[in-house]
Order: sequence, then C-alpha cells, then structure tokens
Amino acid sequence: MSTDTNKPAPSHWWKWFDPRKSDVGNWAFILNRITAIGLTVYLFVHLVVLYQLSQGPEAYNSFLELAKHPFIVLGELLVVVAAIYHGLNGIRVGLTTFSDTSSVQKAIFYVIALVAIVGSLIFAVRMFTA
Amino acid sequence: MSNQVWMVTFRIFRKKGNLKPYFEDFQMEVKPGEYLLEAVERIWAFKDRSLTFAHACHHSTCGACGMRVNGKEKLTCITLIKDVVDDDGTVKVEPLRNFPVVSDLVVDMGNLFLNLESVGHHPVISVVEEPYQDGIAAGKGSEADYIRLSDCIECGMCISACPVATTTSTYLGPAALAGAMQASLNPDNGVLKLVDCADGVWRCHSAYECSEVCPSYVEPGRKIMQLRRKVMAERIKSIFRSNN
Repeated sequence: MSTDTNKPAPSHWWKWFDPRKSDVGNWAFILNRITAIGLTVYLFVHLVVLYQLSQGPEAYNSFLELAKHPFIVLGELLVVVAAIYHGLNGIRVGLTTFSDTSSVQKAIFYVIALVAIVGSLIFAVRMFTA
Repeated sequence: MSNQVWMVTFRIFRKKGNLKPYFEDFQMEVKPGEYLLEAVERIWAFKDRSLTFAHACHHSTCGACGMRVNGKEKLTCITLIKDVVDDDGTVKVEPLRNFPVVSDLVVDMGNLFLNLESVGHHPVISVVEEPYQDGIAAGKGSEADYIRLSDCIECGMCISACPVATTTSTYLGPAALAGAMQASLNPDNGVLKLVDCADGVWRCHSAYECSEVCPSYVEPGRKIMQLRRKVMAERIKSIFRSNN
C-alpha cells in the first residue's frame, strides 16, 4: 500500500538527464532535452538582440561589435549544433512514429549523429574563418 | 565445472517503513557462474533475515525478481554474477525505480496492474487462453499479433527504465501501452480513445529504454509507436465519419 512518505521519487525533472543509462535511445532523448532547453534560452536571447534594433543604429552597431567576440561566436556555433541535432532527431522520432522503424532506431541515431557532426564541423570552419 | 570463487561485495539498498534509506554492504564468497538472485537469497539466509526481496520461479517467468543492478534493470534470476561485478568486486542492487518502495528491494507494483487492466489487458490470463479471449475467436487479429505481448511477464522493468515515467507518475507507462496495443486489436473496446491523451500514447519520447531492458522481447517502445499510428488513423477516420 502506498503512503505519502513511501512514494517513488516523483517528478524529478533532472532525472531526464540521468547519464547512468547509456543505451543509444536514452542518449538521443537526453541530447534532445538539452538542445531543446538551449534553443529555448537562445530564443529569448534572440528577442533581446532584435530589441536592439529599436534602440537606434549606435546601440545596434555596438552589439554587432560584441557579436564578433570569439565567445559569442562559440555560443552561436552551439546554437547551430543544437538546431541541427534537434531537427535531425525530430526526423528520427517522426520516422519511428510514422513507420515501423523502431527496430532500427539505433542505426537512425548513428546516421543523424554523423550528419550532425559533419554539419557542425562545416559551420564551425565557416564561422571561425569568416 | 569451475571451482573458482570470488569475494564479492553486494551493496544492497535498504529501506524499512518511513526510515531513511541507505546502502548496506555484504561481503560473500560466490561462484562467478551463480545467478545474482541466489546470492541475494544467501545474504537473507546467512547474513540478514530482515532483508526483503521478491522472487518465485527462478527461471524468468514470474517477473518478480526485477531489480536495478548497477543502475540497470535486470531479472536477477537470470543475471550471472560474473556479468555484473564491477572491477572493484562490487555489485550494487536497488529496487526498481518509479514504484513506491515497500521494503528494501520490494516495490508496490499495484499501479502497473491497475493500468494494465484499465487498457483491457488481462495480466493473469494464461498464455494459451489470451489469444482466444476476444480476439482471434472473433476474427480480430492473428495469433502472431497476440502472442508477443502474452510474453509480457509484468516485471515492471520497462517502467523502471523509462525516463519519462521517472518524471511523471500519471503516465500510463510502456507496459500498459503495449497492453493497449494488443487490446486495440479488438476495435470495439474503446482503448484507442483511452490512450489518446497527454498521459497516454503521446507522453513517450522515444528513448526505447523499455525495449532495451524487457527480458521477454515484448518491445514496448515499438508497440507504443504502432499504437500511435492506430490512434492517428482513428482520428483521421473520425473526421470523415463526422462529415457524413
């Protein structure tokens, strides 16, 4: 019989990121959560940046100068990496949902991970050499 | 047969009543080819009679001895000690996650059985009878459709492994949704409407941990995806029905 003091650990959101389980599907899930949170945070940052447009040319130009800082470029690269992975994993989830491909979900993950790594490297080279 | 003996430390989760849980170490000589459940039984028999754990058949049929071994769900009656001992000679044994702990390694799986029944799956029906309950006999589905979920031994390991079940106690869970998939072979029982909700078939996030740990190869993750397709097909059909 369950009692209030004898419940399972309920609603610990951080357990989404429990790394003890290392099976492929779970890593796909963990990465999906991390990139989702990253992209959500970026959305708000992006809105703040857009707000600069309404503060006149000087404010916007000074922001553009700041945006050239390597740390900012690195942050932008992380956004690109997150967007690539999150989008590709969405395709994986869609594939396994709409077709009977659950048995090859690991292989699909390996393919999207490879595409995400290659895509991220291309963006990294272009962003840091521009 | 090898006479090799290993000194192994079994780090066992202990919890009694409302007292704070803790881990207790038991050192014991074991043969590496022994099953983990046998070691737990020997700890109970020779070291601590207050240790509580569940077991019955000893051959992966009853589903009673599911535990987390070094963080992974295992049926301890078919888990060899040599396969799970860490390099430092330790094995960590905990109860399943996402269920209330009754005592030590025993969890209350009442919700699992209630959820299975709520979707029309009959947990206690025999494997021989299940395909004929209301499916094949009524010309609904083939024997192959039914037999796979009949393999489910209701061990609860899929729910313990599920990262979504970890964060919400209202989720129906992989076992019940796999049961719903089987129940949906009979289109008259309304199970598709029952699982078409936020805590039903749409809560799954495709981690497939359930399928990884299932000792009976039921593939709950795949069943959930099949169920989603059925729910979507039913929704599309209902649009045309409502327009007629």
